[in-house]
Amino acid sequence: MFPREFEYVAPSSLDEALGTLASNPGAKVMSGGMSLIPLMKLRLFSPELVVDIARIDGLDAIEDRGDHIAIGALVRHEETAASPLVQEHAAALASAAAWTGDRQVRARGTTCGAMAHADIAADQPAAALALGATMVAASSGGTREIAAADFFVDTLTSALETNEILTEVRIPKSSASAYDKLGRRGGHTDYAVAGAAASVAMSGGTVSSAGIALTGVGTKPTLAAGSVEAIVGTDGGADAIAGAVARATEGVTVLEDLYGSAEYKAHLAGVYVGRALEQAIAASH
Amino acid sequence: MSTTSALGGVVRRREDPALIQGKGLYVDDLNLHGMLHVAFVRSPFAHAKITSIDTAAAQAMPGVRAVYTADDVRHLGLLPAQAAAIGRPLLADGEVNHMGEAVVMVLAETRAQAQDAVDAVDADYDPLPVVIDLKEALANTNLVHEGVESNTLITWTAPFGVEEDGLNELRAKIDEYKARDDVVTVSLEMVNQRLIPVAIEPRSVVAEWSAGYQQMTVHSSSQTIGAVASAVAGMLGIPYNQVRGIAPEVGGGFGAKLALYADELLIPWAARELDAPVKYTETRREAASNTIQGRGWLGTSTITGTRDGQVLSYEIDAICDMGAYCQDLTVAIPFLGVFVGSGQYGFDTRMQLDCVVTNKQTTDAYRGAGRPEAIYYLERIMDAYSREIGMDPAQVRMKNYIPSESFPGAMSPVGFAMDTGDYAMNLQTMLDSPEYSAMKAARDQPRSDGKLVGLGMSTYVEACGFGPSALVDLGFSWSGYGQPSAFNGSGLVRVNPDGTANVIIGTGPSGQGHQTTWAQIVSNELGIEMDKIRVTHGDTKDAPITIGTFGSRSAAVDGSATFEASRKVREKAARIAADLLEASEADIQFADGGAHVAGSPDKRVEWAAIAEVAYQPHRMPDGEEGGLEAHAIFSPGNATWPFGSVACLVTVDPETGDVSIEQWMSVDDCGNVINPMIVDGQIHGGIAQGVGQALFEEAIYDDEGNLLTAGLIDYPIVTAVDVPMFNLSRTTTPTDVNPMGVKGIGEAGTIGAAQTLVNAVVDALAPLGVKHVDMPMRPRRVWQAIQDAKASA
Repeated sequence: MFPREFEYVAPSSLDEALGTLASNPGAKVMSGGMSLIPLMKLRLFSPELVVDIARIDGLDAIEDRGDHIAIGALVRHEETAASPLVQEHAAALASAAAWTGDRQVRARGTTCGAMAHADIAADQPAAALALGATMVAASSGGTREIAAADFFVDTLTSALETNEILTEVRIPKSSASAYDKLGRRGGHTDYAVAGAAASVAMSGGTVSSAGIALTGVGTKPTLAAGSVEAIVGTDGGADAIAGAVARATEGVTVLEDLYGSAEYKAHLAGVYVGRALEQAIAASH
Repeated sequence: MSTTSALGGVVRRREDPALIQGKGLYVDDLNLHGMLHVAFVRSPFAHAKITSIDTAAAQAMPGVRAVYTADDVRHLGLLPAQAAAIGRPLLADGEVNHMGEAVVMVLAETRAQAQDAVDAVDADYDPLPVVIDLKEALANTNLVHEGVESNTLITWTAPFGVEEDGLNELRAKIDEYKARDDVVTVSLEMVNQRLIPVAIEPRSVVAEWSAGYQQMTVHSSSQTIGAVASAVAGMLGIPYNQVRGIAPEVGGGFGAKLALYADELLIPWAARELDAPVKYTETRREAASNTIQGRGWLGTSTITGTRDGQVLSYEIDAICDMGAYCQDLTVAIPFLGVFVGSGQYGFDTRMQLDCVVTNKQTTDAYRGAGRPEAIYYLERIMDAYSREIGMDPAQVRMKNYIPSESFPGAMSPVGFAMDTGDYAMNLQTMLDSPEYSAMKAARDQPRSDGKLVGLGMSTYVEACGFGPSALVDLGFSWSGYGQPSAFNGSGLVRVNPDGTANVIIGTGPSGQGHQTTWAQIVSNELGIEMDKIRVTHGDTKDAPITIGTFGSRSAAVDGSATFEASRKVREKAARIAADLLEASEADIQFADGGAHVAGSPDKRVEWAAIAEVAYQPHRMPDGEEGGLEAHAIFSPGNATWPFGSVACLVTVDPETGDVSIEQWMSVDDCGNVINPMIVDGQIHGGIAQGVGQALFEEAIYDDEGNLLTAGLIDYPIVTAVDVPMFNLSRTTTPTDVNPMGVKGIGEAGTIGAAQTLVNAVVDALAPLGVKHVDMPMRPRRVWQAIQDAKASA
């Protein structure tokens, strides 16, 4: 558990950090370090330079921006979980943050870090996908916005370039969202064996729009397009939810791991799409 | 206010303030001037010939002081192991036999430099066929070791001491039972999976060599520091009195720090070679793949009994996974299962435990060590049998117990004399409790949440507190280290001139609370206040010779020795006090920091005054030697045999297979209790580790012998959020094996737990037709059991 030699800098401004990244292609950004440091200690990943952004002012806020909330790069999981703003407007994300890691990890790791790390079994990326979040990536060349649906590219791979910092994630306000999962030690503990987030909007007794996403079942946190198609336009009743459950893994490559066969994970994807939808639809009433 | 402690009183753990604040001293906290750091090149293969090792590049790396291979250490010999065992080379010698086996040792000025040099070593391997599956190991499809005819090292059978002819007679008798038309025979093949003992503190060794004084000091996070010191002396050729072993705080052991490790010899050897202090602290991955593992049985248990619940015979045939090499007790662990093979019951019992080598890490003692495995197979099949005949599992057990009248000294069907027991009374206590009634009611309550509910129970007996001393004659000894040893205990008690006391012991805690418990024993005997008693452990320079902390033996054996040493001191002090108080020795009593005459509390003398006389021999009564200290060795005539009854209520989510424990209770009997809070804490931790095995722990090796769970990311361990509040209560059946009447309790919680939980889950799933779910009952497996039952319904 001893990393290879690396350089470490802790810039005090975003511009300084972005400048450092621009001139050091082998650099890696660290916020809470809860995923990066273990990988380095196992020597599975050995950056030449670690750019610690924890001392940059102004990245640690959760803000109400009218139609969306913005979560800054240094907001810890426990802050996301406990935020009344997040609980009210992005309940799926609040639950996902509350069930991330353990207490120590939640006190140190960040919501944006979890997004950037793009673990296949992480909780918050699924919530971000279901809620239709937008990722804001800054580089020395400027800032660009990336839709969550385009952000999670593959296992441990996001759309961020090596010279970019994920400065905030913007979550459109949703009054009806939920996340549920089966953890590796059962219940909501640990990484997700499988989990799903759902967000719905109801209009005149009809599901007018929905976002549904899975974690733990494929190569990346992913949208459940078939389930969305099945639920939109329905009354959101039991039959409609069953229809969405049946299409949970449509177009998704389900992978086996130590915690489940592909068959079991596909089954769980359906179970949790159903549970998340039920809770989200219940919340919309 | 009295600050002395009676046995049986709750005293808060005196060691906790330092430990909780991070102010305890552990081996890795030592940083000595000029200290070198060790990292190992480890085998990426489970079985391979080593074709070449090129260390030139590593030697040239910054900070590297030495790079050693088998060629450098072969002369030291193999790691000592018991008879019938295959010992481990200190560094792999021509062949590797499990993933992670140490091949090259690198010493550098920093740990990171050592690790960098490890990456620069070029070792080539020629892979060989691997032996992973236990049935294939038994069939000798491939052999783990060249030049050995069979993978089977030894086969333990029971009843103990019965030869092949006798076993055949027993087989014939059991066949006759099975042929009767009033019986049922129930059989299950079950896995008791390999586990990784996870201590918060990984293993760590620091050695200091004094060339001038030819003195070796070895610090090791060991449960048996005396054995480490004697092994270092024996194998490095240093007289025992020039080796000092120190185990400061030990952050969890669970049996895994009982075995002697190759690094405990290599680090001191290198310290002497290089004349520099040397440290090695294993990483978490090394702790997973290179500290011993536990359990690893695949067995079939069979009960034949009448339809009204009278069991006629119990049989178990199991293959026990030893791993690639043997350490101290590897082949003895299944034998500890033989001790309790027939549990609390009187029926005919036949056991056959084939101990096989495989291309995996060595197994050895892990909390319970053979006994959880044996009790698991017995109590699972008792449950299956009860279900088959439609009887209450508690009543079936009650009907088959060895009766209380047979104690003390009841002979178990597997051939061991048990100290004391009253099993029916213990179980009845649980059945009569409001907690058990509440669980039964909850089990039968209709539910609206779709969850399945199950109630599981189990009872257990354990042999622990080893003893008897004569166990060494069965081959369980540390004599391979070059020092005599026996299963006895020792304690030294000294009252100082100021009336304070030192208690010096050779056994030490890895969480058990020796600092508190031993002070209670001495305080209770001498009437000296707790805060005037200092307990010293873990340093062979001071300690009387003993073998260490394992098998729930510290209190029962070394505690008894300390009790007897205290009594010797008290007897002498009573003579001095009688002289000072001009009273009869028989009338002297000790309490509240001094001695007084019975019935006359004012006729009193403080301990300091007694000690003052003791250390001025001319003032002593005629014929008394000076000083006020005593040493005692306690040699137990038997193990102790605690027992208990356990029950739990679970819910199962049928859609996901997720198991949730709603309630848990146990009624344990460990004889007299020294500190109820510490005993409860032992049971809590024991249950938690049993729950961990039942629900999610498993050392998983793939077909090539790669350990897939070599870290805490993929080896989930139980935490406080995974277990409910435990409702604990006790019955008290003192042992007659030791003077305090105490039995071991460190492993009982674990031994009672796993099958109780499996029984509960099977109870929940039984309406669906499920008869068994193997551990660990991860949700995927429970869900699969439901699917399989549905498919065959």
